[in-house]
Parts: sequence; C-alpha cells; structure tokens
Amino acid sequence: MYPSRFKYESPKTIEAAVALLDAGKGDAKILAGGQSLVPMLKLRFAFPDQIVDINNIPGLDYHRFDADGSLHIGALCRHEDLEHSAEIAQRQPTIAAAAPLVADPIVRTRGTFVGSVCHADPQGDWAATMIALGGHLVVQGPKGKRTIDMKDFVLGPYANALNYNEIAIEAVIPAPKGVARGGYLKLERRVGDFATASVAVALDMDGNRVLRAGIALAGVGGKTIDANEEASALVGHDLTESIIDTVAAAVAAKAEPRTDHRGSSDYKRQIVKTFVKRILVAQIAEKVA
Amino acid sequence: MSLDEIKIGGLGASRRRVEDNRFIRGKGNYVDDIVLPGMLHMEILRSPVAHARIKSIDTSAAWDMPGVRLVLTGEMMAARNLAWMPTLSYDTAAVLATDKVRFQGQEVCAVIADDPYIAKDACAKIVVDYEILPPIVNPVQAAAEDAIQIRDDKAGQVGNKVFDWEIGDKARTDKAFEDADLVSKVEMHYPRTHPSPIECCGSIADFDRATGKLTFYVTSQAPHIVRAAVALVAELPEQQIRVVSPDIGGGFGNKVPVYPGYVISILASILTEKPVKWIEDKTGNLISTGFGRDVYLKGEMALRKDGKILGVRMNTISDHGAFFADAQPSKFKIGLMHSAFACYDIPTAHMFATGYYTNKAPGGVAYRCSFRVTEAMFFQERMVHAAADDLGMDQAEFRRVNFVKDDDFPHRTAFGFLTDSGQYEKCLNVGMEAIGYKDFAKEQEEARKRGKLLGIGISTMTEPLGAGNSREYDILGIKMFDSAELRVHMTGKAILRTGAKTQGQGHETTWAQIVAHELGIPAEDIVVEEGDTDTAPFGMGTYASRSTPVAGAAVSMAARKVRAKARKIAAHLLEVSEEDIEWELGRFYVRSNSDRGVTIQECAMAAYSNMPDGMEPGLENTAYYDPPNLTWPFAAYFCKVEIDPETGVWDVLQFVAVDDCGVRINPMIVEGQIMGGLTEAYAMANMQYQTYDEEGNCIGANYMDFLLPTAWETPGFELYEVVTPCPHHPIGAKGVGECATVAGPAAFVNAVVNALSHKGVRNIDMPLMPNRVYEALTTGKDVYGMPPVRSGN
Ligand SMILES: Cc1cc2nc3c(=O)[nH]c(=O)nc-3n(C[C@H](O)[C@H](O)[C@H](O)COP(=O)(O)OP(=O)(O)OC[C@H]3O[C@@H](n4cnc5c(N)ncnc54)[C@H](O)[C@@H]3O)c2cc1C
Repeated sequence: MYPSRFKYESPKTIEAAVALLDAGKGDAKILAGGQSLVPMLKLRFAFPDQIVDINNIPGLDYHRFDADGSLHIGALCRHEDLEHSAEIAQRQPTIAAAAPLVADPIVRTRGTFVGSVCHADPQGDWAATMIALGGHLVVQGPKGKRTIDMKDFVLGPYANALNYNEIAIEAVIPAPKGVARGGYLKLERRVGDFATASVAVALDMDGNRVLRAGIALAGVGGKTIDANEEASALVGHDLTESIIDTVAAAVAAKAEPRTDHRGSSDYKRQIVKTFVKRILVAQIAEKVA
Repeated sequence: MSLDEIKIGGLGASRRRVEDNRFIRGKGNYVDDIVLPGMLHMEILRSPVAHARIKSIDTSAAWDMPGVRLVLTGEMMAARNLAWMPTLSYDTAAVLATDKVRFQGQEVCAVIADDPYIAKDACAKIVVDYEILPPIVNPVQAAAEDAIQIRDDKAGQVGNKVFDWEIGDKARTDKAFEDADLVSKVEMHYPRTHPSPIECCGSIADFDRATGKLTFYVTSQAPHIVRAAVALVAELPEQQIRVVSPDIGGGFGNKVPVYPGYVISILASILTEKPVKWIEDKTGNLISTGFGRDVYLKGEMALRKDGKILGVRMNTISDHGAFFADAQPSKFKIGLMHSAFACYDIPTAHMFATGYYTNKAPGGVAYRCSFRVTEAMFFQERMVHAAADDLGMDQAEFRRVNFVKDDDFPHRTAFGFLTDSGQYEKCLNVGMEAIGYKDFAKEQEEARKRGKLLGIGISTMTEPLGAGNSREYDILGIKMFDSAELRVHMTGKAILRTGAKTQGQGHETTWAQIVAHELGIPAEDIVVEEGDTDTAPFGMGTYASRSTPVAGAAVSMAARKVRAKARKIAAHLLEVSEEDIEWELGRFYVRSNSDRGVTIQECAMAAYSNMPDGMEPGLENTAYYDPPNLTWPFAAYFCKVEIDPETGVWDVLQFVAVDDCGVRINPMIVEGQIMGGLTEAYAMANMQYQTYDEEGNCIGANYMDFLLPTAWETPGFELYEVVTPCPHHPIGAKGVGECATVAGPAAFVNAVVNALSHKGVRNIDMPLMPNRVYEALTTGKDVYGMPPVRSGN
C-alpha cells in the first residue's frame, strides 16, 4: 500500500492525543483498529497530515458492566472481544447477535467498536446497534469530557458530532429496565460484506411486556436509520404477532433505501420488515427458551 | 520384486504437495519478492473515464519531482513504434494511449522512480486533458446505427463489430426445426467476471547494456510465449532474452496475455539502464486485465415428443471490450463455444456468433476453462434444463435419452469435435444415488409445508481439454504442443523440466509422480523446474487444463525414452541381449531368471561410469508431445437448494460432483482442483460479476465490490469418481483443472430455477443474488441481464 505522505505519532495518554488533534487543526486523524482508515489511506480517499495512533494508550481496551447494570465499552475494545465475551452473550443479546456479523473474523481482531461508531458508515453495524440501545458516547477534548447521545451523534454518511480535537473514549449503554432482549439480523452477499440491509432490535422486557424498545437500521439510507420512534409503539404492550406486524411495517416505511445492484428499494424494505418481524417474534415470551 | 508404486509416490498416490513446504512457510518467491541492485519502480497512470479523446498531457510537474527518473507517454512509445501491440486474436491493443482512451483504467502514462511512493505521488501530478466521448457499455449500444466508433484507429473497421462467425450445418438444422414437435427457446446472459488471482500482474525488466541481455521476470502462465512475443515485437535477438516466471500466485487465465505494463517496464529498463519493477495493484488488475465471459445467448432446441433432441441453434453476442484481446487458438473467433452439446447425440447444430467492441476492459480470457467452454457448457445445460421442462420430462431422464452411449465412441459431435471415451450414464447414476434423486419430490413437498422452497439441479457435460493437437490449435501460428526434458543423474536422482508453468496446480508434485510411474525412481528423488526459458524446453504454458494432457504426456514420453536407453545399459550390465530383458517398476531383469536384475539407479550410475561400447554417456532425453486429440473428461453435478421465500436467500443443502477425468495421478490434488473450481462456480452463480454503470465506471474495482466467496459461505461438496481412461494419453489421464468451474454454475442455477418453476420462472441470469431470486419468485417472471447499477455511488 502506498498512501500519501503523513506524520505518525503514538501518544501514551489521552491528553497527549487530544493535544496532537488540536495542533492538527482538522488535518489529524485518529487511528484505532485501522480497518476503515487504512483502506481509505490505501485508496488515497483520505490523506491526513498527521496520524494519531491511540493503540499505545493504556487502559482503553475494556468492556464491563457496572454495578448499576450499564455497559461500558472502551475505545480500544475490539469487535472480537465483544464476540467472545461470555458476559455479553448472557446480558446483552443485541450486541451478542451483531458481533459475529461485523466484517470478517480477521477484521474483527483489530477493528474497534468505538471506532466503528465514530466512522458513521451508513452500512456500519455498530452505530445502528448503539442507536437501538439508546447509548451515548463519552468524548474528551482540550476542555475536558462531555457526553453525546447516540441520537445526536450520526450527522450523515461518515459524519459525526465530534469536534476535530475530540476523542471518543467510551461508549455507554444504559442499564436495562427489566431484562435485556433483542437481536440483530443482516443481509450480506458474503462474509465480510457490508449490509445490504440490517436491523438492530433492543428491548427491555418484563415477562412478555415491553418496557423499552429501540430499533435502528443500516444499509438502507444515506445514514444510519433511527427507528426508535416507530419501535416505541411496542412500549407498554405485550408482544403479540399483530403488534409486531404493525411495527415491522412502520419501521420498513421509515427506511430510505435506494435501488442499486444489491436490490430495489422495495426489496430492501421487504428485508427490513422480515427481519424486524423475525427478531421480535423470537422474543415473544413463550418462544424464549 | 516390483516396487510398491504408491510407496514411491507414483500414479494414484495422494502425495503431499512438495511446493507447499515453501508456500506455507512464507518462502515462496514471487515477482514482487525479487529485489535487484539499483532497481527502479514503475507506476501506471490509468484513465479515470471510459471514453475520451486525449487533448493534451502535461507531465512537467511529475518530471520535477525528486526521485523521478522517467515519465513515459503514448507519444514517446509511438516514437519507438511501441504505442500499440498485437493481441493474441490478431487485433491491436494500446500500450499507452495516444489518441483516445477506450476504457476506464486504460494505461495513459508511466512514471519510473526511485521508490513506489514517489512514482505514485508523481502520477498524481500528471495533468491529462480529456474530451469526454459517449461511452458504450454493452453490445446493444455498440451495434446501434448511430453508435460512436470506438476503434477509429483501425483502417477498414466498420462500426463496432469485431467479427461475425458461424459453424455447423445451417440448412440441415433449419430442416430439423421444421420437423420438430416442439421448439424450446431461451435467452440469457453469462455476465462478465474476472479470474482475479490473488497475486496481481507484475514484472521486472533487467536490461544489461554491456551484455545486451534482457532478463525479464514476469507473472506469466506461458513464459515461452512471452519470450517469443518480445523477440518478434521488440525485435530483440531471442538468445538474449531470458524470461523467468517464478512462483505464481494464481493465474486462472488472467496471466496468459501480454499486458502493457510488461512492455513499458522493458522499454523503461532499456532507457534507464536499470532494472525496473512494475507491480500492479488490485484495482489495476480488476479493471484493466483479462476478464471472462460477457456473452449473450439466444438458444433454440428442436425436440421430438419422446424427448429426443433433433437439432440446436445457438446465437451468441459477445462483448470484447476495447480491444479484441481474447486468448484463444487463433482460428476460433469465439473460442471453443461450439464444443457445446458434445455429450449429447444430436444430429445437427448451427451457431452464429457476433462480437462487439465496447468501452470496457479488453481480455476475454479463458477464466479457468478452455476458451469459452464455460459459456458453452453453461448455455448447454440451461438449454437442456429448459427443454426438459418444456417437454414435461424428468431432468435426469431427458439427459439419459440424449447422451452419447458408452459404445458409440469415437463420436463426432454436431459441431464437428471428435469425442473418444466416457461413461456418461454411469456418472449420472452415481450422482442420482448420492443426492437421493428419487426421494426429492417428497422432500420438496415436506419443505413447502415448512414454508421453504426446494429445488434440484443437474449439470452434465464433457468438455474439450488440453489444447491441442497441432493440426487445429495454434496461437499466432505457433502450434500448441508441449515438452519435457528429463535428466537422470548418476546416483539415480533426476531433474525434470517442462514447457508448462505451474501456478498452484502442483506440477512439482505430480510430474515427479509420472516419472516415478514410468521409471520407478521415487518421486521424492525428482526435482521439477519450470518457468525459466533459458533452461526449460519450449512449451505453450499452462491454461485450458492442458498441462497433464500435453506436458504431462511429454513427461511420460521423455521418461520412456530414458527407460529405453536404460534397458540397453541393463542388457550390457546383465550380459544378455536386450530382447531377453524384462521391466518391472524400478528394475530390469533377465526373463529366464528374475533374480538377476539391475535397478534403474544402477543403470543410471552405469550411464556415467560403465556404458556399453559405442553408447553416448549420460541418461537424459527430451520429448515434444503433440497430442492426437483433445481429452474429454465428463462431469455430472447435482445441487439441491432451499430458498427462503421471504428474502430470496438460497442455501445449498447438498452438492454432489461426479467427475471422470480418466486416470488420476494424485487423487488429492485432483480433489483440490475440483473443490476450488466448484467454489469459483458457486461464486459466479451466487455473487460474482463485473458490471459497469452507464458512464462506463467499473463496478467491481476492489474486493468489497467484486466478491470472492470465503470458506464461510461456500457450501460443502461431496466428490465421487468414475474412471474412463483417455485412449490416446500415455497414462490415460484427462484434463480436470477446469471441469468444476465449467460444469458447476449451471447446477446451481438449474436448482434455483427448479425451485421456482411452479411459479412459471424459466430463467434467472447470474449472479443469483437474493434480490433477483425474490423478484422472480414474487413476479413469476424471468430475470434477465446484469443487475442495474446506480452511478455516482
Ligand atoms: C474487509 C472489511 C469488512 C468490513 N465489514 C464491516 C461490516 O460488515 N460491518 C461494519 O460495521 N464494519 C465493517 N468493516 C469496518 C470495521 O468494522 C472497522 O473496524 C470499523 O468501521 C472502524 O473501526 P476501527 O477501529 O478499525 O477504526 P479506524 O479505521 O482506526 O478509524 C475509523 C475512523 O474513525 C475515527 N476514530 C477511530 N477511533 C476513534 C475514537 N476513539 N474517537 C474518535 N474518532 C475515532 C478515525 O479517525 C477514522 O476516521 C469492515 C472493514 C473491512 C476492512
């Protein structure tokens, strides 16, 4: 690979990394897993002056559930850490279902959850998952930390709400009310492909009653599609096939797919509807083993 | 006591591949691994647009960059008569564009610099002023009355047509259609795809002015043809050209042609007097080098009520891109498309083929097949499937009725080929048994109750492998024979060289096995070398499954010549006359007393130390082999799929492949070839194609858009064998490297179409992506042509 010329720094602290970004005035880029940035460097779609490699900053490679039940994912937690985590498998079904569908096993060893969310690829799996889960990001800039709610984070294709001198240091998923349920389904052409259409569903449930519901979509719009409003029709209701049909239709209508070589917009809506239904039907209490 | 042939790694031994020792240790030696002192690096600037007139090229900013040694333009090539080069199909192709660019990715300039970073940076500094012309991206546009002419460089060129070509008996075929009870018709497109070897193309040219010698390292499946081309085109003396194909990271037909990058690197080395390395990147490989397929078919079959095929008509239109650069025997314009229907006993057939230029990459290489045989067999098996359905006849039964029978060989096909052997019905039976054909209807019924659609597909074919015989097959006049040279050292070890070139086929392993079979020298005592034209005998290289049929036969013949000499030495050592000598594997003995004998190794020692009076010392020989015919392997593939009707996603439930490739030299390698070929077949059927938007942008310029299946989604394959030895090959072997890619796609497509036939669906063009299957399923209509592409993505 022969990218354009760039300067490379590998700071040891978040503060030093922030200082480099600040000095770069918009021409510096963070390198996390490199699974999106490096291909763009290779194709010379990206040509930053300065690369700030955060891989040598200690203490960012965690994911943990706090005592209050909230899930915290550090900036260097890799896709595969989530894929292979017994705790995630037990307590966070949406992430557990999505993790093995992100990219391919090789990419998952390096790519980071937070980096993927920051990259804001309309076809990316984690931004959709985070929106469905109602998560937020903790970010740090020259003036200290702030949090950004996921619903305000993705601004457009590859555009997020970070300032050029801010680093996302942690993703936070709030504690579920009741039991966390949900799932993730993705239509891809082969392993390692981005989504033709994918659906993230996150529910908090008490028995068969829905206490909170979130749904988001990838691959079917110019940016990640937030269908949490459509999903909220489930809240306060028991999960039944009829309410599921209504919500699935509403979510499919919310999608903004375009016709391309992966399929017509109608086809992609059909996939969204089918996937929403399949995930929700599998959560109906008597179907959960 | 005769040796145990399996123990010495002879015929039939599933010997581990010797080349893997270095490959799995990362010790392969590919072109890009070679570093020469003072070597410079070349980068090619490619056209971003599909069709444009070049108004001006300004290279001054590139020349000004430190580290840049040379910037070449089409004009500079033209001054040396090198702006255009001949193709393998008697056309010309641009080396660096002078007048126009004719496809996206075409070579426009080359920068030679101290390192590849500088070369790439300098390319970005070149300013080319293009006057955009309307692009032509398919044959329909190319044939339009008012279409702009792409090849305005060629005197006498009319419109955008490359050729009209026909074969077969038109009058007799027309009559068969008049007499038919039923005529079955289909239209389809075999989409453009790309062989896409993992290693891209590249070369290092090292011209030494002091000695006048050009050493040329190149990713070529046919190094001797490259030497001939350089000698004839660049007019360098042939003895001063050494072409070396080191380890090759896959070829699949993509590395047969001579590419502009090779030619430019040679000129650059001559001008700079330094070695010049050019290594293509993945995008360059995908958008500019030899593609496969891109053929449209109108097929018709004349049928009798009882299922007998009376005649076949095929009408093909092929898209050749900007230059007619198909790699194929020169006298056949659309390759061996007319090998279609070779396994069926059909009285008459006629084919009409037309080729067009378009603003797409040139190439039309035989992507893992003998020159368009993949298209031929795919069309054949799709036509057969449709015909059986139209007749309301069982798919297996329809084939059985029309197969050439075991005792009908040799058989002259309706298009004129001569097939010589096979047990088609037996292969069909083995496959039907393995897939549980007779229980399928019940299975399908039960699946429908679960809301799933099941389908079964069959693909059977024999194909012509191993070009050629020199009467019919030549490339630019050079006959398609091959060669082997075997030298047995005094300790009974040996070195073997052939004119072929392995790129993953395992020649280093299997050729030694053939020698072991012929001479009883253990395979591990034989080293195999290929790819260096200074040392290897002249041969036409490896493609079209020709290595075992042609070079492999030459190996046998060279070994037999060596054995004949060793027999004379044995007679001398045993002090009997040659007529009294018998041979068993590895040993000559006296007929009347089998205890008295000498081993081949003892004969080898004597060849250097104790030869009979008047005999030349040494034990070596060379064979040039011109096969009497092609070899005709047979494949019977069965595929069972399940479709999810809510998404159109289909899964392969079972795939059975019965292959008859004659005698198997190394069964493990044969199985590997079949597995690999089936994976490529699955790719084409399911996901892989190269398409262009209306502006001529190539969609498929990297591995995120041009899809290769991984082990993850590739289904499992069950392999079975039937053995009908090739009657004319010295060890009875037939080609096999391509059977699976050729026969495979139709099995998948026939299965999916079968699952939807109750809805009235007769055809879905590849790739059968879920959205296309869903469309067919919900509309009950055929899905035709490439998937639509939106530009500006
Ligand atoms: C072959 C392949 C297939 C893939 N398939 C999929 C897929 O199916 N689904 C999917 O979702 N993704 C896929 N990806 C992308 C992959 O998931 C990436 O890992 C992910 O998008 C980016 O994470 P990263 O850590 O690699 O980020 P990087 O590539 O290092 O960075 C990506 C961008 O985010 C910025 N960034 C990174 N970390 C931070 C941070 N902490 N704070 C602020 N900005 C930051 C970078 O500056 C850069 O602009 C694929 C990638 C490849 C190579």
